[in-house]
Amino acid sequence: MNLKHRYLATVVLLAAGGTAMTSATSLFSRRGPGGDAKSEVKIDNFTFAPGEITVAKGTTVNWVNRDDIPHTVVSDDKTTFKSKPLDTDDKFSYTFSKEGTYTYFCSIHPKMTAKVVVK
Amino acid sequence: MTRGKGEIVFDHNHDGVDRRGFLKCMAWAGTGAFCVMKGGVLNSYSLSRIADLAPAQMKGELSFAQISDSHMGFNKPANTDVAGTLKAAVDKINALPTAPEFLLHTGDISHLAKPEEFDNVEQILRSAKSKDVFYVPGEHDVIGDDGKGYLERYGKRSKGSGWYSFDKKGVHFVGLVNVMNLKAGGLGSLGTDQLEWLEDDVKPLSASTPIVVFAHIPLWSVYPEWGWGTEDSAQALGYLKKFGSVTVLNGHIHQTMQKVEGNVTFHTAASTAFPQPEPGKAESPGPMKVPAEQLRSLLGITDVNVEQGKEALAIVDSKLG
Repeated sequence: MNLKHRYLATVVLLAAGGTAMTSATSLFSRRGPGGDAKSEVKIDNFTFAPGEITVAKGTTVNWVNRDDIPHTVVSDDKTTFKSKPLDTDDKFSYTFSKEGTYTYFCSIHPKMTAKVVVK
Repeated sequence: MTRGKGEIVFDHNHDGVDRRGFLKCMAWAGTGAFCVMKGGVLNSYSLSRIADLAPAQMKGELSFAQISDSHMGFNKPANTDVAGTLKAAVDKINALPTAPEFLLHTGDISHLAKPEEFDNVEQILRSAKSKDVFYVPGEHDVIGDDGKGYLERYGKRSKGSGWYSFDKKGVHFVGLVNVMNLKAGGLGSLGTDQLEWLEDDVKPLSASTPIVVFAHIPLWSVYPEWGWGTEDSAQALGYLKKFGSVTVLNGHIHQTMQKVEGNVTFHTAASTAFPQPEPGKAESPGPMKVPAEQLRSLLGITDVNVEQGKEALAIVDSKLG
């Protein structure tokens, strides 16, 4: 690949990345037909992604573990929400009925932290 | 000392530290330790090199073997036969000319703390000539039930969340638990109750008592970014300062790594199940997939040997296969 082609490829990749990001953002905060918002957080590579999401009150957030190691989803206070161990492709969901900032982590890999902001 | 391929041998007789090798990571070889205690100093030998050793080198008052991170129940591409690789580790231990007195398992016995996973490991370990097995839990062994199932099974001779100590032929062994009540953003944790117990436990011992501490997560800061360390380990090690010979054996990071600090030698063992990347060398510490023909060469058993009258602790690791 010559320099010019490489430059073009980079531009195309960046553009594609930007598009993907935009559609992902809209997916994470889309509203269902009943007016309930749904949101998904993916667990992969020992990371919650996105690491921070903002959702409307009443939103059900779904977590799915795409890692080949089990993880958990546990609120920092360990009581508000606490998933069972999630093996690969296992899911957990929690409906946020009150406004606030909810920080959470994986209780077996506590370096994995993230938050849900409910407005 | 010889330095074979894939092995690290510290020679710290001179100043206690091999500066060049102060902290070295030795990828995957080694999953446990064949330890021979001779009057209080620990020496280690690679099982793959046992044939090269003189019979006298194999003998001491006490020998034991460490295995780690068997992750029974794991079935992802990194290793679809964790039972087979654990069996291979036991076969290697059984091939030793003298059976180690007991086995230490430094945690992550199971993958998801399921009863059948613990059962499988127990069944495989029953084929070891060494009948006594001492365990400490890994975070996978307490997942979901805060260690209730683990303690029902293994906690009979332990205190608190599973810590205990015992003496064998003049050596004081301490099994610690640093995988419970972990806090968001934090590292492994021992907690106040366990630290107080440790202080009391070692207080009556004479300074010449050899100490072997074993726990799952490393008791030194291997790579905090990946949670590879224990937040209150310095306090624990503080209680061990008066002792001339302290060996710390850990698992968790699925690779062997060693560090010498004053009177303390730290050693992490590899996993019998699957290798993990070197610190920071991958996006995450997830299982490494290696070609099937390489896997067994990356999993192994470590021998540790204690010998009186020498300052050095030498640990050499062997590979399966």
